[in-house]
Amino acid sequence: MRQKSDAGRLTTLRWSLRGASVSIEMNAKPAERGNVTIEFQEVEYCVPGRHSAPILSQISLKILRGETVMLLGRSGSGKTTLLKLVNRLLKATAGTVFVNGASVDSMDPIRLRRGIGFVIQEGGLFPHYTVAKNVVVVPRMLGWTPVRWAVRYEEMMRLVGLDPKELGKRLPRELSGGQRQRVGVARALAADPEILLMDEPFAALDPVTRAELQREFAELAKRLGKTILFVTHDLREALRIGSRIVMLAEGRIVADAAPENFLRIDHPEVKAFAATFEVQSGARG
Amino acid sequence: MKLWEFFVSHRAEILEATLAHLFLVVISMSIAIAIAVPLGMLLAQRKRGRALVLGAASILQTIPSLALFGFLIPLPFLGGIGTRTAVIALILYALLPILRNTVVGLTNLDPAVLEAAEAMGMTQRQILLKVRFPLGLSVILAGIRTATVITIGVATIAAAIGAGGLGTFIFRGVAMVSDTVILAGAIPAALLALLADAALGLLERKLKVA
Repeated sequence: MRQKSDAGRLTTLRWSLRGASVSIEMNAKPAERGNVTIEFQEVEYCVPGRHSAPILSQISLKILRGETVMLLGRSGSGKTTLLKLVNRLLKATAGTVFVNGASVDSMDPIRLRRGIGFVIQEGGLFPHYTVAKNVVVVPRMLGWTPVRWAVRYEEMMRLVGLDPKELGKRLPRELSGGQRQRVGVARALAADPEILLMDEPFAALDPVTRAELQREFAELAKRLGKTILFVTHDLREALRIGSRIVMLAEGRIVADAAPENFLRIDHPEVKAFAATFEVQSGARG
Repeated sequence: MKLWEFFVSHRAEILEATLAHLFLVVISMSIAIAIAVPLGMLLAQRKRGRALVLGAASILQTIPSLALFGFLIPLPFLGGIGTRTAVIALILYALLPILRNTVVGLTNLDPAVLEAAEAMGMTQRQILLKVRFPLGLSVILAGIRTATVITIGVATIAAAIGAGGLGTFIFRGVAMVSDTVILAGAIPAALLALLADAALGLLERKLKVA
């Protein structure tokens, strides 16, 4: 395994697995040390009213300001559940989740959520709102003036590479999948939140658009310096976008490392994910 | 007497009956919408009691219309002979389709959109008014459309308890064994139903969000 670093640019990881060569550009910037933005302390989550095994258990994790943490795992590993504990869409059944040092349980959930950006598959856009109205939903709820939100709309659209004038009056159904996803990101960033939660945002896109958006988003994440929690089941995406990868299996954290070190971890789940590279590279011949 | 000749010679009487029929339908539907839509909005947010209320509305719907008019007549304050009793019966009949469609329209939505609304910090009231209601409006309107068509039909029976309307021709025709007189009531009633169905269908399609 070797690494090539290009100052100010993405880092490229070249990796060889049983003769197959794999190359991934990584967003491997070091996190700004210091402030812990999100912290999970001995967190457990069980579905209320069900006496089955907990979905998450013994989760302790500190996320620093400016980190892009990729929550990687198979379907059902608990990564989306972990994400939803941050903005209290779900409530931990044991342990505590802290945002900027305060327990989320002690915060007003509405205020908490308005201060955290959220992106899901297809952006979760409101189908009855135009693109412009979708983007400024949170600024409007926060009481921004129309002039301020109009300026912000244009800024956000340009930030995600879309034409604000051309698309402003369109409905989400009149956009392509990639455009919808970009609008979803613009909407999540519109109120300038410190934290961004992303739940498999690019999973429904075709491979080419997905790769394009991953590259663009990696650059964007680096530029904005937000604290980002990004759920994915795609190791390639995790390596490409994250500054840190946290792997979950059966509701527990089994690996936590910077992308350049992640593949060195000796854990069966990491190896299982790494093997997917072998399959993909082999398929390309 | 031929049907066309009957229509021409009794046009004033038929028009008066049609207006009386429309009055019954508009009053009943307005009150039914005013009850069922807010009640449906309440039930959409609370699962508790939803089955009970929808079940009660379903039972009302199963009572034969003539029997319901009969049951209402002896009731103090609500009953008696005339328009008031007919309006109450028509409201009871219209409740179920509107109520059921309101609950379905407000709850059967894309969970991703509702999750996004909650995650962005909308209050439950904002989610109801800004997301659920506009997205469910076409389904609610479909319920109103069904209820309107039912009400126009059932309102013809209201003539049996002296509420007037196009049913007076139908009952008179049955007593006289005259198809012409029956049709003088039945045709305008059918036309009213078709017209309401088409107009509300058009509005429903316009309000539908893909």
